[in-house]
Amino acid sequence: MAEVVLNGVGKVYADGTRAVESLDLAVAHGEFLVLVGPSGCGKTTALRMVAGLEDVSEGTISIGDRVVNQVPSRDRDVAMVFQSYALYPHLNVRDNIGFGLRLRKLPKAEIRRRVDEAARTLGLEEHLARKPRQLSGGQRQRVAMGRAIVREPQAFLMDEPLSNLDAKLRVQMRAQIARLTRELGVTTLYVTHDQVEAMTLGDRVAVMRKGVLQQVAPPQELYDHPVNLFVAGFIGSPAMNLLTGRLEQAEDGGLTVHLGGQHLAVPAELLDRRPALRAYADRQVIVGIRPEDLYDAADESGEPPAGTLLRADADLVESMGSEVHVHVRLDVPPAVTDDVRELAEDAGAADQVPDPGTAQTEVVARFGPRTRVREGDTAALRVAVERMHFFDPGTGLSVADHAQDHVQNPKEKS
Amino acid sequence: MTGGAAPAASAPLPAPEAAPEPGPGPGKRGDGGIHRSLASRIAGRTGGGAVAVGLVLVALFWMMPTFGLLVSSLRSPQETGTSGWWKVFTEPGQMTWDNYDRLLSDDDMMRAFFNTIWITVPSTVLVILIGALAAYAFAWLEFPGRDWLFLIVVGLLVVPVQVALIPVSQLYGDVGLFGTIAGVVLFHVAFGLPFAVFLLRNYFAGIPKDLLEAARMDGGTDLTIFFRVILPLGRPAIASLAIFQFLWVWNDMLIALIYADNDSAPLTVALQSQSRAFGANIEVLAPGAFLSLIVPLLVFFAFQRHFVQGVMAGAVK
Repeated sequence: MAEVVLNGVGKVYADGTRAVESLDLAVAHGEFLVLVGPSGCGKTTALRMVAGLEDVSEGTISIGDRVVNQVPSRDRDVAMVFQSYALYPHLNVRDNIGFGLRLRKLPKAEIRRRVDEAARTLGLEEHLARKPRQLSGGQRQRVAMGRAIVREPQAFLMDEPLSNLDAKLRVQMRAQIARLTRELGVTTLYVTHDQVEAMTLGDRVAVMRKGVLQQVAPPQELYDHPVNLFVAGFIGSPAMNLLTGRLEQAEDGGLTVHLGGQHLAVPAELLDRRPALRAYADRQVIVGIRPEDLYDAADESGEPPAGTLLRADADLVESMGSEVHVHVRLDVPPAVTDDVRELAEDAGAADQVPDPGTAQTEVVARFGPRTRVREGDTAALRVAVERMHFFDPGTGLSVADHAQDHVQNPKEKS
Repeated sequence: MTGGAAPAASAPLPAPEAAPEPGPGPGKRGDGGIHRSLASRIAGRTGGGAVAVGLVLVALFWMMPTFGLLVSSLRSPQETGTSGWWKVFTEPGQMTWDNYDRLLSDDDMMRAFFNTIWITVPSTVLVILIGALAAYAFAWLEFPGRDWLFLIVVGLLVVPVQVALIPVSQLYGDVGLFGTIAGVVLFHVAFGLPFAVFLLRNYFAGIPKDLLEAARMDGGTDLTIFFRVILPLGRPAIASLAIFQFLWVWNDMLIALIYADNDSAPLTVALQSQSRAFGANIEVLAPGAFLSLIVPLLVFFAFQRHFVQGVMAGAVK
């Protein structure tokens, strides 16, 4: 077990492409850190540099107290689980798991003991004599895990290990990986493009975009205090609603945010936490509202407080059983920035990016299953205004948030 | 070369799947029955019994010369001089082991036989070993000029052996390799390597990169990766190469004729000199020829089981 530290790490390919840019990241002893981001954001490159499968162009990588830039993979004492599993097809499960130990010339009995133990942990005992081709996808995935854990390495590196499994199995294996890594307490660097995996597995989550680290924080922190539009839009499903609004000085000295013809009050408490908002008075801002921060006003007793209500027509109601997603159209211009475009591209919906010229934005609200809103109704949405997010439309950065100060590890900057 | 090579080229091909014959009934939808191409209809019928019978007949017809040679090698020269080998069907009594007895006690022929083995086995083993190592480097190691070097190797494929005959003769004369088995082996290895490197490099390049990286993470050096991952996975390609190279060298006469002397001449040369010295010297030629074709057959059957399909199954995904 050891600390893995990336210090100003960069990767430049021969053709000049920068895959990773001055990445500072520290994975503490026994920590499970997830690197997440859309495809092509450099997360896999970063992992492969730690593995020693890619050269480091700039900066240093250390494992334990050793700088490993020049150390070949085999001497780094880290184990990797590949997206494709990369099982040796000519070896049976026992030999696949024990391959690394055999190369290290451990005594036969010791190899046997460790492989048996790993197989027991992973429920592979009956399959030890089989070849990879005789195994199901989930079993192959477990063999790949087994090959990593028998090594008892300083750190695990996992490159989207679950992305080849079908949805149900993925949830099972996710839980198994979480249990296993907690039990073993081994430092783990895990790469995924799936934000659900990132949130559920990570002690901390690092979000990357185009080779640049955006934010590193524990999952809840990341969810509650995204530093910019990209993180806000990437983490969470359904995604945060992003609207173009205008902050205006209210008569009582507070601020209100105008969304089309409607307005929401910015509570004093929020203003205290984000004093920089005052500088945005009479300016455009991007307002972010999580779907679960929208409540069905008709379902609540009592009159909602003034300045917390939005009315809009529901054009789609999706029932998930445990919750209902209500899609409404608000008469405000959508927030379209580079971040939003990239997020849409990553979701494979580049053509779905709304035209910033339109005056309507689709907003998703997550209601309880008992909501009576039907398609075509005008829904009354109560906004949990104290949890609104504000972003600068130019930079995409979150408007100064005190929470931000403790979001990041002092050693790191984004 | 032709006699032995035929089974090597045809046998490893997998039997085509027996495609179910789509009934051209009226209920069938459009593109199924009538508009299928001629080729696909023929392919569809290869599973049928009539085709199997046809193929067996062709195979028997093709094997006739070999069978004739076998029978001739079992008849006395007098019988062969007066009647055709098919007489043996009516008079099986004329079959005899005499020719083989004489062949096995003929020191010159036996020395030639062992010379062939001493030439062929090292030539094959060396070509595979050097070729595989080079192929691994060309496929997976990064060094400057790698792809240019490989292109040159590919270019060497089309260099005919004849251009090297005279310069190599002079060279061998200078270094004292002329008339030795080592000289013949060296020549075969040199001219066998381009094809070996080409074939193996392309096969190795198809091995998923993740496997090599996994082995690297598991603590493998280039050498351990080569022996424990690449060689086992390259088995089908290595087996085909072994057969090709073995046959080529085994059946070679040109190079042996030039670079071997009487003591190091292989069977091909010895047989050829027999036919020249005594005209139709059938009682030596027939068993000798049969001996020289049975060994490649045995080699083929020994390596055939390595043509396993789907060696890579289960490796990735």
